[in-house]
Amino acid sequence: MIKLFSLKQQKKDEEGSARAGGSQKKASAAQLRITKDLNELNLPKTCSTEFPDPDDLLNFKLIICPDEGFYRGGRFVFSFKVGPNYPHEPPKVKCETAVYHPNIDLEGNVCLNILREDWKPVLTVNSIVYGLQYLFLEPNPEDPLNKEAADELQSNRRLFEQHVQRAMRGGYVGSSYFERCLK
Amino acid sequence: MFIVVTTMDSGESQVSEYQNRRWMNIRKLLERSGPFCHPDFEPSAEILDFIMNSCKVLVVGAGGLGCELLKDLALMGFKKIHIVDMDTIELSNLNRQFLFRKNDIGLSKAKCAVEFVNKRIPGCEAVAHHCTIQSLDEGFYRQFHIIVCGLDSIVARRWLNGMLVSLLEYNDDRSLDQSSVIPMVDGGTEGFKGNARVILPGMSACIECTLDLYPPQKTYPLCTIANTPRLPEHCIEYVKVIQWAKENPWGSGTALDGDDPQHVAWVYEKAQERAMKHGIANVTYRLTQGVLKNIIPAVASTNAAIAAACATEVFKLASSCCVNMNNYMILNMADGVYTYTFSAEKRQDCIACSNTPHVMEIESNATLQVIYDKLCEDQGYMMKSPGITTVINGRNKTLYMSSIKSIEERTRDNLKKKVTEMGLYNGADILVADVTTPSTITIKLKLIENEDVEMSR
Repeated sequence: MIKLFSLKQQKKDEEGSARAGGSQKKASAAQLRITKDLNELNLPKTCSTEFPDPDDLLNFKLIICPDEGFYRGGRFVFSFKVGPNYPHEPPKVKCETAVYHPNIDLEGNVCLNILREDWKPVLTVNSIVYGLQYLFLEPNPEDPLNKEAADELQSNRRLFEQHVQRAMRGGYVGSSYFERCLK
Repeated sequence: MFIVVTTMDSGESQVSEYQNRRWMNIRKLLERSGPFCHPDFEPSAEILDFIMNSCKVLVVGAGGLGCELLKDLALMGFKKIHIVDMDTIELSNLNRQFLFRKNDIGLSKAKCAVEFVNKRIPGCEAVAHHCTIQSLDEGFYRQFHIIVCGLDSIVARRWLNGMLVSLLEYNDDRSLDQSSVIPMVDGGTEGFKGNARVILPGMSACIECTLDLYPPQKTYPLCTIANTPRLPEHCIEYVKVIQWAKENPWGSGTALDGDDPQHVAWVYEKAQERAMKHGIANVTYRLTQGVLKNIIPAVASTNAAIAAACATEVFKLASSCCVNMNNYMILNMADGVYTYTFSAEKRQDCIACSNTPHVMEIESNATLQVIYDKLCEDQGYMMKSPGITTVINGRNKTLYMSSIKSIEERTRDNLKKKVTEMGLYNGADILVADVTTPSTITIKLKLIENEDVEMSR
């Protein structure tokens, strides 16, 4: 504990008579943290990032090209939006590629626990990348977002596989149309 | 509370008699010593004069806590109080934000609060700022001795914390210049729970040090709200997260606004439909509003208790009459009354307050490559693959980052450029992230004139 104000130097600078140097905007804590996250991003060989504006580290895309599993050969783009309350709040992640997947709906919402209810400030962008990659290797029909796809994966694995293939080549599964997304 | 006594006696002695009685209790604290005083405390009449005429306090937020704080501080004798709030008064504020009346609805909270207090408390010279905290600059914040916050937003706290940390100045031996410290007293309430804390930026745990202590926002698993809703909240969340983006009732790109009654009504209606389909009861308009805006009902007595604790800490800081709380108090009135005070610890790797600026000397015509090489080779750094960014005119700029291929390709040419060509100057900060440091560090550039250039002139 210190005695902060000795009465001798009690007068503070008036506004405007601030010290020289002016007001230089500082980087926000979210910015400092995302810089660290990205500099240490350790991507698996199936993933890459794209920064539309290299000066804007808060908005970028992640591209996953799975090399095994149902989704082998596909190319899936996710958008990341990191808000000013990062890492208290997780980044907003959406899938921009239409995909027939039990845990991703047709609007691009992704059901991954660490993107919502299980997010912790100690997690990083890297954790999310691994989480998303895992979704393609092990789609989880227990937590469905696309219920049709989930039911099918549980009841008829072969049919599910065929439908995933058809969607990736471009075509209809049921009444939904999927754009071609093969590499 | 004070009472103006009017009798038939002569006016002047009445005034001084009233002034005496008005400050009697405060003076007992400031003009006498005692066993609970701060060890360095020297009782004197000057302290009250400092509090009344010199000490400048900024109150951030003029809501539930802000009204209490402003009233408490003004009655304690603080006169030079500034208060900042961007909000306007709403009907639902009036049960606890007691400086506002029904006629004030729609007006600035900061202005109304100041007007009320200045009129009600003789001598008080509070000043209102009806704007966001972000629109006020360093010069503004630097004028205050103490800042006290009654905020409901973590983003705002983090911003203010960052501002106060950036005002810190360091001596040449990298020790903290204590005269640059502006203490921040922070209060927060949520229903029957609250906390009050004292932050000495650079010296004790700051907001970022304890960021993990904030409870995460209540969220539900996406698959539950999409497929197996059980609660009325699930139905509202579904409409908010999924249906809104799908149906875009106000055209695509219109974000859901919890303050827009039409938006809330739309969500309410859709949530009811969904609840009906799944046999869920109790979706109400109020609940819809609550879920959309994350409302936890505010309790007036919690605000009063937390604001009182904060105001007391401000008084202790200004007067040094007592040792401050160390440094984080929690209050829980949900079941009886419980409080506990503990010392939150400063994090060695705190992104804000552990980031004391390093200074790097380079020649004024040096290229970015020179900085990069120094970061990798100098004994003090020995970095592996530093990512270098900066802020120029308020905009973030990535100078070089080798770990991300697409950024590396587009910033590689910067290495050959002179630092001054990229907008850096003597005293500019660069931000460097590397695996060898626990968080991003700030380095202040010191440009020294190249002697060869000097001689050829």
